Amino acid sequence: MDKTWNNKAWFLVLPVLVLVAFSAVIPLMTVVNYSVQDTFGNNVFFWAGTEWFEELLHSDRFWEAMVRNLIFSFIILAIEVPLGIFIALNMPKKGWGVPVCLVLMALPLLIPWNVVGTIWQVFGRNDIGLLGYYVNALGFNYNYVQDPFDAWVTVIIMDVWHWTSLVVLLCYAGLVSIPDAFYQAAKIDGASRWAVFRYIQLPKMQRVLLIAVLLRFMDSFMIYTEPFVVTGGGPGNSTTFLSIDLVKTALGQFDLGPAAAMSLVYFLIILLLSWVFYTVMTNYDAER
Amino acid sequence: MARIDVNHIRHSYLPYPRKDSDFALKEVHHTFEDGGAYALLGPSGCGKTTLLNIISGLLHPSHGQLLFNGRDVTNLSTQERNIAQVFQFPVIYDTMTVYDNLAFPLRNRRVPEADVDRKVRETLDMIDLASLAKKKARGLTADQKQKISLGRGLVRSDVNAILFDEPLTVIDPHMKWVLRSQLKQLHRRFGYTMVYVTHDQTEALTFADRVVVMYDGEIVQIGTPAELFERPRHTFVGYFIGSPGMNVLPVALEGRTAKLGAQRIELPGVPHTATGKAEAGAVELGIRPEYVRLGREGMAVQVSKVEDVGRHKVVRANLEGREIAAVIGEDDEVPAEPKVRFDPAGINIYADSWLVEMARVEMGA
Repeated sequence: MDKTWNNKAWFLVLPVLVLVAFSAVIPLMTVVNYSVQDTFGNNVFFWAGTEWFEELLHSDRFWEAMVRNLIFSFIILAIEVPLGIFIALNMPKKGWGVPVCLVLMALPLLIPWNVVGTIWQVFGRNDIGLLGYYVNALGFNYNYVQDPFDAWVTVIIMDVWHWTSLVVLLCYAGLVSIPDAFYQAAKIDGASRWAVFRYIQLPKMQRVLLIAVLLRFMDSFMIYTEPFVVTGGGPGNSTTFLSIDLVKTALGQFDLGPAAAMSLVYFLIILLLSWVFYTVMTNYDAER
Repeated sequence: MARIDVNHIRHSYLPYPRKDSDFALKEVHHTFEDGGAYALLGPSGCGKTTLLNIISGLLHPSHGQLLFNGRDVTNLSTQERNIAQVFQFPVIYDTMTVYDNLAFPLRNRRVPEADVDRKVRETLDMIDLASLAKKKARGLTADQKQKISLGRGLVRSDVNAILFDEPLTVIDPHMKWVLRSQLKQLHRRFGYTMVYVTHDQTEALTFADRVVVMYDGEIVQIGTPAELFERPRHTFVGYFIGSPGMNVLPVALEGRTAKLGAQRIELPGVPHTATGKAEAGAVELGIRPEYVRLGREGMAVQVSKVEDVGRHKVVRANLEGREIAAVIGEDDEVPAEPKVRFDPAGINIYADSWLVEMARVEMGA
């Protein structure tokens, strides 16, 4: 081995390490610290061991929130990805329509999340909301405050409205990078519209789609602000997703130990699922 | 296979072309004979790709007609015209195997799977990729990918013509030679009508039986490589083909004599327009560097540079204030008081950049 070892180089990365330590590692360690202790206030802590973790893993409330969250992520992925691809395919490739469409698409992404929540909270209201009022006027009994199904529909439509644009923009970026020659060759080869999509557009979009699915999955699995503003997790617990449940535990009930244990489990789940997603999709990519 | 008639075709990319300069293709009227190997040669932006795309049906011409074997196909789609086209950058279907790539155009046309298999295997042998049939097309090298593009054209045995749009641009130089000679071979064996677009004169001259030189949206000359070299019909052809290009010198005509500054140059014949309308336009004398003889007799020149390009030397010199080039042998030396003579066989006269016919008389007669 002729490798030169120069430990002085560590000094060069030290600033980053310090920064990461303060912004990520130390706060995370604080959470770890809380998760194994119990307190009755006054900054007095007792060793609790794995008690909070055991309690959490046997808690119905946690598993229900988890299942709810997985169903939510699955539904919005199933809607946003195909819809995003469809919109991207139909966006103009040149001319004045391009900037218009891009700006329109980017608008929902530029709105702060709690404002998105507020918009839909008002929009869906039965008394003054444009959507809520007219849906009821048409004879549907729609009330997201009382009916869990309506609450779900509202939260899902809101997420689709808010985030489909991201999928659209990523897919569009993938589409415009396809040289014209591919479409011309497909014409000459007599390919159908479906074959063009299946063998040219989809493979070229694959990488951006991977990123889109990953981002949308992680974001939807951690969703907090918008449903919190619209439904507050209700009615009952019907739209209480993991993060909402976590905040309720930590800040509503001030159960620091259980909340810390939950954060850690939550963190590990996201890390694990993202890793699985990424590995599966990149392996799939490498095989082909 | 088909004879292709390009019937007074004009094309503009603008919606309402008015001036001549609005047209990318000014007016092209030409017949590509059945089974011929043609090259469309010209600089970037001269309209050669436009013409090719009109033939394949990717573009609809603004004016004019396109006939395949006498049948009007102007309004037919690319697929109905049954054309194969190979593009500048290799187009392959990444997710398919090499085999499936070649089968794709056939399967799209609902050819029975047994025939597909037979045709694909034949084509794989033809383009020498049989060993890679089961591999994903994605991981191949650029020249292998370009072979697949080519193979997708060859696999349909009934294509009317195979069009090439600068297909060797992204290929390494040594592979260019290999692929080009393979194309030549395929042409000889199967007699496809082939049209090959390029801006590389070597490629055009080695590939084609007939070279169509285009300039500024027009065909300026159609001919064999030898014709293009000996008698360029337009000063552009003279300049574009050959390395270095033809020397073009402004002259004044006086019967069989051309006057270049103080020098008088005897012409091989009397130019037909020597005493007529052409007097109004600019008259030029064109002579290829290969016909400029450097020696101790003739017109005095000042040599400015000698470039040794290997098999011969290119001498850059100044004649009557004009830059001219001469080609001399590898072992020839530049004399102390250099003078040049123009070999009459290589002299062409141009009026307004177009060749003027000359009744050539044997010198010394």
